Amino acid sequence: MNWFWYASPQTFYPLAGRIALWCGIAAVVLTAVGLYIGLLVAPTDAQQGEVYRIIFIHVPAAWMSMFIYVVMAAWAALGLAFNTRLSFMMARALAPTGALFTFIALWTGALWGRPTWGTYWVWGDTRLVTELILLFLYFGVLALQAAFDEPRRADKAAAVLAIVGVVNVPIIYYSVQWWNTLHQGASVSFTRAPTMAATMVAGMLVMALAFWLYSIAVSLVRVRCMIREST
Amino acid sequence: MNNEVYVWASYAVTFALLALEVILLRRRWRRLSR
Repeated sequence: MNWFWYASPQTFYPLAGRIALWCGIAAVVLTAVGLYIGLLVAPTDAQQGEVYRIIFIHVPAAWMSMFIYVVMAAWAALGLAFNTRLSFMMARALAPTGALFTFIALWTGALWGRPTWGTYWVWGDTRLVTELILLFLYFGVLALQAAFDEPRRADKAAAVLAIVGVVNVPIIYYSVQWWNTLHQGASVSFTRAPTMAATMVAGMLVMALAFWLYSIAVSLVRVRCMIREST
Repeated sequence: MNNEVYVWASYAVTFALLALEVILLRRRWRRLSR
């Protein structure tokens, strides 16, 4: 299979339509399953009570906020390196969804923090502040993408900011290990067993997969809109 | 305040925003299809 065949917006357009449709359907189904597990199946937490159920959207949204940023920066870097139109379009398509998930992570985190920590926000907490910086980075990328009359210049300027901003992502991820933060450490890790009940982990992973598929679907539909607008 | 309020506020705002993104994208798509 020649992947470079799909580097052209015109050949990518029908493929994007098919992927978006199936990812959209799968996202709706998995969201329903995730909500069922998170709200009805998962047991009440012994310490936090019902409020812990916020993590079923907070953790996947926080993962997506970082993951989308890295993918967006990778597309932007590809665009800068090879000057490919589709790469910049992908970066443009991912930015609003990434910003949205970052806002959701901050919003749900604040609503979890109030009953659990006694406060919505702590300025001294590195995890919280670096996640807020991520939101501002998304805003910066979105602003630069809209700031120039010539789209190519806008894409290049936004790409530079997106690539520089990647340095913030490992800081967000490892902040709970590097600094003494109020925010708890990772509950799910690739290297060790989860510290939560199996149904809780399942609910979180299903919702993460749903958000992942949702992000693919909406960003591909956005790319298709851009391709139509550019022709 | 009852803690369940925080849960519902989280879920409601999250899915309202995701739905809003889909609605805006559909509008953009329909405008292009006209």
